[in-house]
Amino acid sequence: MSNDPARGGAAPAQAPAAPVGPDAQVMVGSADMFVNWARRSSLWYLLFATACCGIELMQTGASRYDLDRFGAVFRASPRQSDLLIVAGTITHKMAERIKRLYDQMPEPKFVLSMGSCANTGGPFYKDSYCVVKGVDLLIPVDVYVPGCPPRPEALIDGIIQLQKIIDKKRNFAKKV
Amino acid sequence: MEPQTLFDAVKAKFGEAALELQATGFRPAFVVVAPASIADVAIFLRDDPAMKFDSLMCLSGVDAKERFAVAYHLHSLPHNHQIGLKVFLPRENPSLPSVDAVWPAANFMERETFDLYGIVFEGSKDLRRILLPDDWEGHPLRKDYKYPESYHGVKL
Repeated sequence: MSNDPARGGAAPAQAPAAPVGPDAQVMVGSADMFVNWARRSSLWYLLFATACCGIELMQTGASRYDLDRFGAVFRASPRQSDLLIVAGTITHKMAERIKRLYDQMPEPKFVLSMGSCANTGGPFYKDSYCVVKGVDLLIPVDVYVPGCPPRPEALIDGIIQLQKIIDKKRNFAKKV
Repeated sequence: MEPQTLFDAVKAKFGEAALELQATGFRPAFVVVAPASIADVAIFLRDDPAMKFDSLMCLSGVDAKERFAVAYHLHSLPHNHQIGLKVFLPRENPSLPSVDAVWPAANFMERETFDLYGIVFEGSKDLRRILLPDDWEGHPLRKDYKYPESYHGVKL
């Protein structure tokens, strides 16, 4: 098979001229912008909840609040997740599992601490022998969402704040 | 069945092992028995045709400062009556026979009582910690429990 007309092949189809002006389907930007756009638009979070915040997390993911609008869908495996939403009380027995789940997630990874328990220990801050006083004692946290438990709107705001953080990341450009 | 009738039946069968009937202020009434005989009393209460306590609703520990107590709440589905059993134990090396061969449901509750009070149930099928990590030190619901500074490097 040949496309060469001189050898009897069919002439190659002419590519249509690229549209110019407002119709041009071209986006110009830095590589950082493109990568950050991709990352913030597909924040897959780990299906993980330890307490009542998990109920609000389910509500947020379900059809009424629909976290899918922001590109955030849950994944059942840490290997496929970008975001760890720590929804609920963390006991010392659970702490080691959280650390392991966090280590199993691929880079780049983000952590959202949801609710008073994950932020500071919440109602268990004083006089509890078994509750970790904040998940930031275990793993780095990007966004804290206050509330006991936070309403879905608050969690969505936390996701949007995280997207803003991701937008400011510089992956290629030299840090000044 | 009236608590007094039940207590008399236990006392007729086990004699001095039935120590006391706590009828006022408790619902259901409690029969206090000697620690060593708790498993035998449990089998009697489960199998006697007039008792038929086939359900162990709750098994719990109590730290009464000078001594420990273990309380059993029993319910009979055939007769629809209830009774409590209570055992008092010394603070040093508290131990008593296990009843998980009588009511299999007792196992988890005995493990919890062991986990949080350090009360040993002899002859248990599987007496491990159930709520706290396996390497936890101490029994947190004891009144003299000292909070540890940290656990596995994480501040408590």
